[in-house]
Amino acid sequence: MQFWIIQGLNSLSLGGLLFLLSSGFSLIFGLMRLANLTHGAFFMLGTYFAAIALRSYDGLNIWVTALGAGVAVAAIGGLFERLVLARLRSNPLGQVLVTLGMSFIISDACLMLWGGDSIPVPTPQNLQAPTRLFGFVFPTYRLVLVGCAVAAAIVLYFLLERTRLGAMIRAGVDDGQMARAVGIPVSRLFTLVFCLGAGIAGAGGVLGGPILSAYPGLDADMLPLALIVVILGGIGSLLGAFIGSFIIGFIYTFGTALFPELAYIILFLPMIFVIAFRPQGLFGRVGA
Amino acid sequence: MTISRRELVGGVAGAAIASVTTPTLVFGQNKESIRIGLLAAKTGPLASGGIDMELALTMFLKERANTLAGRKVELIVADTAGVPATARTKAQELIEKNNVHCMIGPLAAFEALAIADYLTEKEMPTLGVAAAENMTQRHPSPWFVRLTSTSAQCAYPLAEYSAKELSYRKIVTIADDFAYGHEMCAGFQRAFEDSGGKIIQKIFTPLATPDYGSYVAQVKLADAIFLGTAGSNGFRFLRQFIEYGLKDKMAVIGGMTALDESVLRNMGDEALGILTTSWYSAELDNPLNKGFAPSFRKQFKYDPGYYAASTYVSGEVLEAALKTTKANVEDKKALMAAIRGSNADTVRGVVKFDEFGNATGNVYIRKVTKADGRLVNSVIKTYPDVTQFWTYDKTAFLQNPVYSRDYPPAKNLEP
Repeated sequence: MQFWIIQGLNSLSLGGLLFLLSSGFSLIFGLMRLANLTHGAFFMLGTYFAAIALRSYDGLNIWVTALGAGVAVAAIGGLFERLVLARLRSNPLGQVLVTLGMSFIISDACLMLWGGDSIPVPTPQNLQAPTRLFGFVFPTYRLVLVGCAVAAAIVLYFLLERTRLGAMIRAGVDDGQMARAVGIPVSRLFTLVFCLGAGIAGAGGVLGGPILSAYPGLDADMLPLALIVVILGGIGSLLGAFIGSFIIGFIYTFGTALFPELAYIILFLPMIFVIAFRPQGLFGRVGA
Repeated sequence: MTISRRELVGGVAGAAIASVTTPTLVFGQNKESIRIGLLAAKTGPLASGGIDMELALTMFLKERANTLAGRKVELIVADTAGVPATARTKAQELIEKNNVHCMIGPLAAFEALAIADYLTEKEMPTLGVAAAENMTQRHPSPWFVRLTSTSAQCAYPLAEYSAKELSYRKIVTIADDFAYGHEMCAGFQRAFEDSGGKIIQKIFTPLATPDYGSYVAQVKLADAIFLGTAGSNGFRFLRQFIEYGLKDKMAVIGGMTALDESVLRNMGDEALGILTTSWYSAELDNPLNKGFAPSFRKQFKYDPGYYAASTYVSGEVLEAALKTTKANVEDKKALMAAIRGSNADTVRGVVKFDEFGNATGNVYIRKVTKADGRLVNSVIKTYPDVTQFWTYDKTAFLQNPVYSRDYPPAKNLEP
């Protein structure tokens, strides 16, 4: 029984982490039809940011750091979109290659700046004591992380469904050309959404830091997970990214716990089935 | 790259002329430099170790004014990025373009295996660092020596120590799911169970594991958990292990890379008390290391560990061999024989090579303690002259299959 509860909680916390990672990816992909392969690197930048900031300034709290990292990474993302991606609008393959190149540049820059060691991100002091429930022990921070993901999902939901900006973004996702025709500034919207997606990844990187630590290669470890979540959940769908994150969280956790030898097969098999039989994903509005 | 194109062309041309016109006078003259190739992963996930390898070797040469046994030395460093195919290309470049006389590295077993045949074919004297068992067991090369340890070599003493001195009866092992982790855990299991203990669970995690939570939650209660990990993965696992409150319930012990100095410098007091085993520690109390470790720390602000020591020891062994051969690196056979017979005193203690080219040397049981405000691996016991076969009969050892995930079979796993 304890096994199921602990691993269930693990699944939830991993799902929360995955949502913080993949919601931005899904937004960008949905609107811009761009598989942003820099996304893992944006996430990693956030984690390094946290590792360095929290180590250097005593008393800095992780929530402020997440906000700061979010803004900083959003700015980097915005610059990248304006200066590079915007020039390649008519060349989608070129865009994907550029994002891949950018991810290599970021990861090498991190290596140069912060070396090859893994650097821990400290768990917030007041959340360090494990939570004890019915005789079993679970790290408190992981529970809080689930709360963060749900809060982020609610904020994003209101942003997309209840604001004018959200309406424009949805219009752009559903039919970019028509949106342009009715006067929505799609190009500026692209930049904005790219900033937003990068910013969420940066903040997510900070919040995931205490579990993951900052290390070279973190970007490459996270990017495939974002891809799986988004393909499973459906491209451009917030609900898809949310449900997809938790499904993958459960599959991954129970897969590695019950069949450790098959960890990767279990993770990627559902993705292959989804692509084969439901290319738009579980909740997607557009085909992959 | 420490050699310019012009120097290289000039050097090679000069050598060619010298060997044509005055073949008998080469020795003792103002000859071209000895060229040492270092294969190190300076980018990618293994970069931490690779960078230390270069720093330590550069430091070694600088201490000797870039002169070994009276002859100038040039170090040419190639970045393998921790990718076997790149390691192969770079090895080829070092040998065929830079004409190196001998090679040090590379770091990872899969890199070393990718170039092993090529180095043998080119008859390139190689001082290896990677731990793959078979490179000095069932498939040794006359051109290869290893001055660190096989994957399992340092695990045996810790296994015996755990069973006999710590009286552990049940241990769980965890390692990365690749040959290094398999071999180390297999060796640990064999020696521990032969000393009366039981391995009740073996966990192997994929190299890219984003979240260790699900593995931590699986760990069965035992006297201790053995970490056969390398680099950032073990460190990340350990942090989660502590977050789940497990460190209060069972002891943590580790192999030669689990709590390497490069990992320790990023850890906090939670690492205190953990026992590990290695052929080196920055805290070793011998005259050579009393020179090396403090001077390394002074220059780079952190303690040297496995990787830094590996190339420094390579340098020491090479220097001893060059003294024997009077710096004649052109005679590769003589150089290789001198390396194998070097018995050099190094920062890790005396290194002897067995007939397969693997180092026989001291293995140290180390405990994480605090000194001068930083975490260090202080030595609590020395196992002298440990061979890669431990106490086992060599012939029988080699008749068995190489250690793997399933060999030797684990008979005491708990369901």
